[in-house]
Formats: sequence, C-alpha cells, structure tokens
Amino acid sequence: MEEIIFFLILLGIGYSFGILAEKKHYKDIKSREQETLSLAIASFGAKQPLPNASEAKLFVGAVVISSDYFKTFVMALRNILGGRVVAYESLLDRGRREALLRVKEQAIAWGATEVLNIRYETSTIGGNNQKGIAAIEVIAYGTAIR
Amino acid sequence: MILTTLEGVPGKDILEHYGIVQGSTVRAKNVGRDIGASFKNLVGGELKGYTDLLNEARQEAMDRMVLQAKQMGANAIVNIRFSTSSVAQGAAEIFAYGTAVLVR
Repeated sequence: MEEIIFFLILLGIGYSFGILAEKKHYKDIKSREQETLSLAIASFGAKQPLPNASEAKLFVGAVVISSDYFKTFVMALRNILGGRVVAYESLLDRGRREALLRVKEQAIAWGATEVLNIRYETSTIGGNNQKGIAAIEVIAYGTAIR
Repeated sequence: MILTTLEGVPGKDILEHYGIVQGSTVRAKNVGRDIGASFKNLVGGELKGYTDLLNEARQEAMDRMVLQAKQMGANAIVNIRFSTSSVAQGAAEIFAYGTAVLVR
C-alpha cells in the first residue's frame, strides 16, 4: 500500500512539474524562435552550387533532455498497447527546436547571413537505471556563412 | 582550419583532396552528474551536466579530427558529419568525420 502511495506521489510530481516545465520551455522556445526569425536557415547543400560568401564556419548546438516520471510511465504503458506516444513526441520536438535555436543564436552572434546544410543527430543516453528513463541527446549542426 | 558541412568552402576553390579525417572520443557519465540527473528524471527537462559533458566530448573529437587534417597539410575540412552511439552502459562515443581538403 505504501509503495503504491509513494508511486502515485512520484507520478503526480512528474506530471505536474513535467507539464509546467514543458510549458515554460515551449514559451521560451517560441519567443527565441521569433527573435531569430531573421536568420535564414536551410538544409540545402548536396549537389548545389556553393553560395557566394567570404567566410564559412561550423556551428553545433546540443541539448540533452530527459523525460519526466509521468512520461516514462506512459511510455511503459504504451509499450504494452502500442501506438503513438504523444508524450515522447513533444520531448523530441522540444529537443530539436532547442538545439537548432542554439545554432542560430551562435550564428547570429558571429554575424551570419545564412545557415546552410543543417543536419540533426539524435541518440539516447541513459540506461543508468532499470526504470527505462530516457535521456535524449539532440545535436543540430550546420554551416553559417557571412 | 575552416570547418563546414557543405561540399566545399564558399568563395574558395578546392585544390586538393586528402581523404577522410576522423576524430572520436568515448565518455562516461560521472556519479555527481548522475545524482543531479536522477532528480531531473523525475520532473523532466534539460540535463545541463550532460549537455556540457557532450559538448566537451564533441570538441575533443573535433580537435582530433583537425589535428589529423593538419598533419596531412589540409587547411579545411568539408562535409563534416557527427555521430553518437552508446558503446556501453552509461558511456557514449562521439564521432566526427569529414573530408580534408586544401583550399585557396
């Protein structure tokens, strides 16, 4: 009985703070996306003529983002039933947007006019315990030109 | 050393190709960061300690790649890609590779 109560408390904490953290993060992401909107970004690069620019520099943005207790629980349930895991979709979405924003912010500080050939790379780190709590690493990288 | 993910360097001509250069490093998490991370695992969000760890690791992988290119006499690396894989429990390999070239 005690174990169940403890579990429910953890679940509650994970749910409420997780949602709070996610909302805050999304608000932050959206405002920063507005701020960095002026910088053009493209995933172009393959078999196209190189753009005219005097300088090019590689920028990398990385973020390690972790799921909360509630999401991990939902994932465990989903593993049984199968189907779409909305909880993790938003986690990855946040990670990718954050990583790209970090590239853009660095590029703007450098004075870039455009960022080309953006690539993403995602991997899971974790497995530090048996609960299947996932931490996801997302890197975005690209070439800024000016 | 000019680093880019493009197939060449804008505004410059590639004079010579030296082939693939690479750099990698394997990092394990440390206990201090793990404790912080387990708190974060409850509420979710960014694990700053790990982000820093991976940034350091990637920088080292890139440094090794650049060193290799320098030894070949290159002054730029084009078409750079990164890749991360977990090689053991709690350890990750960060790998960077690209093509070393001479540009002018």
